[in-house]
Amino acid sequence: MSDYVITEQHSQQSFTCHQDEFVLKAMESNGLRSIAVGCRGGGCGVCRVKVISGSYECGRMSKAQVSTEQQQQGYALACRLKPTSDLLIECSPSPLAINGITGVTKAKQKHTEVIK
Amino acid sequence: MRKGVLRPGHIQLRVLDLEASIKHYVELLGLHETDRDEQGRVYLKAWSEVDKFSLVLREADEPGMDFMAFKVVDESTLASLTADIEAFGLEVTHKEAGDLKDCGRRVQFTAPSGHVFELYAEKAYTGKWGVEETNPEAWPRALRGMKAVRFDHCLLYGDELAKTYDLFVDVLGFYLAEQVLDPDGNRIAQFLTLSMKAHDIAFIQHEEKAKFHHASFYLETWEDILRAADLISMTNTSLDIGPTRHGITHGKTIYFFDPSGNRNEVFAGGDYMYPDHNPITWKAEDLGKAIFYHDRVLNERFLTVLT
Repeated sequence: MSDYVITEQHSQQSFTCHQDEFVLKAMESNGLRSIAVGCRGGGCGVCRVKVISGSYECGRMSKAQVSTEQQQQGYALACRLKPTSDLLIECSPSPLAINGITGVTKAKQKHTEVIK
Repeated sequence: MRKGVLRPGHIQLRVLDLEASIKHYVELLGLHETDRDEQGRVYLKAWSEVDKFSLVLREADEPGMDFMAFKVVDESTLASLTADIEAFGLEVTHKEAGDLKDCGRRVQFTAPSGHVFELYAEKAYTGKWGVEETNPEAWPRALRGMKAVRFDHCLLYGDELAKTYDLFVDVLGFYLAEQVLDPDGNRIAQFLTLSMKAHDIAFIQHEEKAKFHHASFYLETWEDILRAADLISMTNTSLDIGPTRHGITHGKTIYFFDPSGNRNEVFAGGDYMYPDHNPITWKAEDLGKAIFYHDRVLNERFLTVLT
């Protein structure tokens, strides 16, 4: 079985991913946090990355998080991404997932500002 | 005030991989497949439910919730509630009997939060799975996985909570069991019920409309929650958080994801309500404890990971 080296550009963290292993799972197994972990099922878009170099395969992902066009441009959800070579990737959470700053979080922030 | 809405009836979820999802809901949750239709949808129910289905799975390109339905007492109530919903200012869509297999006609509408809900009066009564109506045994012996007892409630994320509250309370007859208020007194979370349950439906304020947080299934005991946690590990299922306890509702809980990233909960216990009870209020500044009573810190994934 082949092992590949995955490097995340922002954090400059690298980890080993087995062939037939999802990149996000490999990152979690290595105890790293360079990519945000969400549902791990291709649904929420939190772990979206852009593959800058390398070859890979993808399992089914929500089209709301990675459109067919974006997939052609190299975007993928790390939880559905399997390397077939070493990969250089960059975190690029889906805009939908970034909108996930909830009213709840904002209320908490507002309160924190009040305390300050 | 009661308006004739009985209880949660069913939910239709979109999944990326139908077979993997059936395996998840049947083998892990312990639901029973009761039918399939020509559109390829799969119908499931938990063992203690008396009607034919409570969960419908539909394969699609993006996961999430198509709609959640509530059963009403009878056909005349369905007609009068339809008029009330229209008078509230919402458009309704009529779905013919049989559009969902063995379910009567349904009236659909989109709540101000962006979520599609529907009401119906009739569905095939198939009785509890695996037990008789006369001299029933305590439980069916052939249950699998977590042995989910019933589909219980949903938590949904969206905006326009105040208008959504008016729809559910004034038009549909729910009452407020618990709420979270921000420092300015705005309600940023509302837990609404039709029954003695702490919630039949809950909403949390979120900038984007129509997001799905979780569908929840009832288990009997804390020991069942621990056993569910064991099964989540045994099956390498994606864990969100738990086992733990909520502040809000005080239910004992564990959260995990289906193979398409739709969040599930199984929970046990929790508070009861009557319509004359004052609503329980949590302060947004204490939200960590309100959501996860033991950790007492906000969990970013719980707040932001949605389908």
